[in-house]
Amino acid sequence: MSLTEEELKMQITGDSSGTDSGDDVDEDVAEQAVIAPELKRLSRQTGEGSQELRPLQEIVIAGGPWPELEGDGQTMIINMGPQHPSTHGVLRMMMELDGETVVRAKPVIGYLHTGMEKTGEELTYVQGATNVTRMDYVSPLSNELVFATAVEQLLDVELPERAIWMRMMLVELNRISSHLLFQATNGMDMGAVNMMLYGWREREEVLRVLEIITGLRMNHNFIRPGGLAADLPDGWQEAVLGVCEQVEAGIADYDKLLTENPIWQSRTVGVGVITTEQCMALSITGPVLRSTGFPWDLRKTQPYLAYDQVDFDVIYTDNGDCYDRYRIRLFEVLESVKIVRQCVAKMPGGDYRVQDKKITPPPRARIDESMEALIHHFKLFTEGFRVPPGETYARVESPRGEIGCYLVSDGTGKPVRMHVRGPSFYNLQAISPMMEGRMVADAVAIISTCDPIMGEVDR
Amino acid sequence: MMLGAGDPLLSGKIDLTVVLIVIGKTVAVFAFLLVAVMLYIWFMRKVIADMASRVGPDTAGPWGILQSLADGIKLFFKEQSVPDSADRRVFFLAPYISLMTAFLAFSIIPIGGQVSIAGHQTYLQLADLPIGILFLLAMSGLGLYGVMLAGWSSGSKYPLLGSVRASAQMLSYEAAFGLAIVGVLVQAGTLSTRAIVDKQAWTGVGSLGTWYVIPAFVAFVIFLISAIAETNHPPFDLVEAEQELVGGFHTEYTGIRFAIFYLAEFMNLITMSAIAVTLFLGGPAGPSLGFLSATGAVNTWLMPVFWFVAKVMVLLFGTVWLRASLPRLRYDQLMDLGWKWLIELAFIWVMVSGVIIVGRNEGWNLIAVVPLSLLGGLGILGVLRASMPNRSELVEEIL
Repeated sequence: MSLTEEELKMQITGDSSGTDSGDDVDEDVAEQAVIAPELKRLSRQTGEGSQELRPLQEIVIAGGPWPELEGDGQTMIINMGPQHPSTHGVLRMMMELDGETVVRAKPVIGYLHTGMEKTGEELTYVQGATNVTRMDYVSPLSNELVFATAVEQLLDVELPERAIWMRMMLVELNRISSHLLFQATNGMDMGAVNMMLYGWREREEVLRVLEIITGLRMNHNFIRPGGLAADLPDGWQEAVLGVCEQVEAGIADYDKLLTENPIWQSRTVGVGVITTEQCMALSITGPVLRSTGFPWDLRKTQPYLAYDQVDFDVIYTDNGDCYDRYRIRLFEVLESVKIVRQCVAKMPGGDYRVQDKKITPPPRARIDESMEALIHHFKLFTEGFRVPPGETYARVESPRGEIGCYLVSDGTGKPVRMHVRGPSFYNLQAISPMMEGRMVADAVAIISTCDPIMGEVDR
Repeated sequence: MMLGAGDPLLSGKIDLTVVLIVIGKTVAVFAFLLVAVMLYIWFMRKVIADMASRVGPDTAGPWGILQSLADGIKLFFKEQSVPDSADRRVFFLAPYISLMTAFLAFSIIPIGGQVSIAGHQTYLQLADLPIGILFLLAMSGLGLYGVMLAGWSSGSKYPLLGSVRASAQMLSYEAAFGLAIVGVLVQAGTLSTRAIVDKQAWTGVGSLGTWYVIPAFVAFVIFLISAIAETNHPPFDLVEAEQELVGGFHTEYTGIRFAIFYLAEFMNLITMSAIAVTLFLGGPAGPSLGFLSATGAVNTWLMPVFWFVAKVMVLLFGTVWLRASLPRLRYDQLMDLGWKWLIELAFIWVMVSGVIIVGRNEGWNLIAVVPLSLLGGLGILGVLRASMPNRSELVEEIL
């Protein structure tokens, strides 16, 4: 409650003259007896606090103000989350309902805030990747890539070809696993329970391949400034090509199960519509933006890594509704599979990291032989490497949109400021305008197709 | 009017044996339904697991068959919390309303044929009420109170939304449900479930044509859809819609009271499948084993029960399939489907089949009369349609 207790008392008793008139002791006691239970009742209500909803008059929907409410005009404020089956973690939606219709909605965030950006300032550049990888825990490799790219821009190093192609393949595999997870949770949010398990099933296969290559299923810490942590293991081609086939079979199944399903279409077509202009105003990127008919994909528009040397299409649709966002993510998986196949075919030989003793650690065997290697190893893992002073911004296309990393260096081994532009955070803003005037069931579909990852929103 | 007027057991003198037989049948049906629910939950979980490439329950008993029992025991001993703001008396009462009506509705189902117990002839059916089907409608209508009162008395917002949805959904589908049943009743000419089953009795493969699924096919389809909606089964499970309303009407229920709702829900599902079998699929009718005596225990006791259970199983498998694969409808779409399609279709069907039956009795020229009645029905439908407000126009008017 933003009101003080005294103001509250005044409101309840309707006494605007304040405490001046309350000289009589008996009257005070009598007043207390009335007020106390009322205060208790009010204090039990969920306070909006600083999270107050916008006044009803300010809401603009479908080009006009919110219509007069029917009946007695009573609405109900309902808190969806932070503990709720379909708020994807700890998102809290404050929704004012008129019957089943959402009058206005407001996302409340911060329940997963762990101060990761601040933590990043206390970690060396070598340790930094372990931190950023935990932000968007569904596509950790994109985070690592953007952080490593930013550091390399400051260091001004040129990566070997193999490192570039390895990074591209890993990030695309990760995009596949992320979109598969979306298919799973989106299906579940609409009530198609088995879809959840189909999505998880294929995602698990992709994670298995990532585990073969990086050693971990999630939070890999594999893409590091200066290259990668290790070279590709034996037999990686068979594993990667095998999972490509499994994923394609899975996507064909989902397509059959949902895309033409009349119930699925009636739940998603025309629901949660957003336009390109609105996306621009809210700096929304990724599949949400592409669903409005604007083919903006950093992999094509501002190619990084070797995306200009592989053949793939940017998937975009025109309607900007939940159905389009579902379809875009479905077909983007196939494009990613295409890229991964090309990476396997064209994977160059050579080194997987920069041969600069100040940036990348020496091979394990060298430490036993060379004093210098031991010193480099020790220095690198205790105080890290020094980065020339300056600031930089790097961006890549994560499965959720443009993920950026802003780094400021003062020439020491730790960044002065690290900021990550998490696409989920910006995409979350689209939820309120999409929801207003829709039904509760649509609200769930809208949250789901915006695909927010709360770890990235709160950082 | 006597309870079970059609049952030969009660037509003679009522002595201690008769009372004992009735009590025995009651206990047997009670146990049958409980065991059926237990096995159905296990079956459902196993089949869904298989459809989702999982193993499913496999620890409690062979193939995990005792899983539901284990869950029941666990829920029985769990702490039961009651929200501060709940209306306690109604809150405690609501689950039992659901359970009671679910049990009672099953009592009119003919499970088998006529058998002889201790020298008395009787039906394998708890009660053969002359108003059988009306009793079913009454019970499924009352069952709504359990769900509605549970949500209302919880004193919490999600259950309230769930119970509002429940009352609207069950009331609107009750109409389509009832009309679909009328589609059979006009053909059978009786309300007694036993008499309806007798009209579909097995006399050879040709008697398949007397099963009302064929002459009343449209009614069968309407019945299936509205029965699924009536039992709040996916894809019409808006009442509990986990992803939207957390648990819907039973969000605040814990322990054994939650288990009772769960039990009642699946009992209703089994009852609805059994009713569908009774009305449309011949009930216990089916070929008996020709090489055994027609009056022996196998052919009088076992085979009818076998056919009944087998048909119910087929329908129940269908419900599991729906549960596994379909997304959920939205509230307004559900209402549209019920009011704008099913009820009208059922009305036209009742009208046409009524005309056919009356026409047959009166010797009318069916070729002329049936299309006429169909046209009349469609005409009325058109008038109704035209007078319905269009949702998008309504929105435009408001804005």
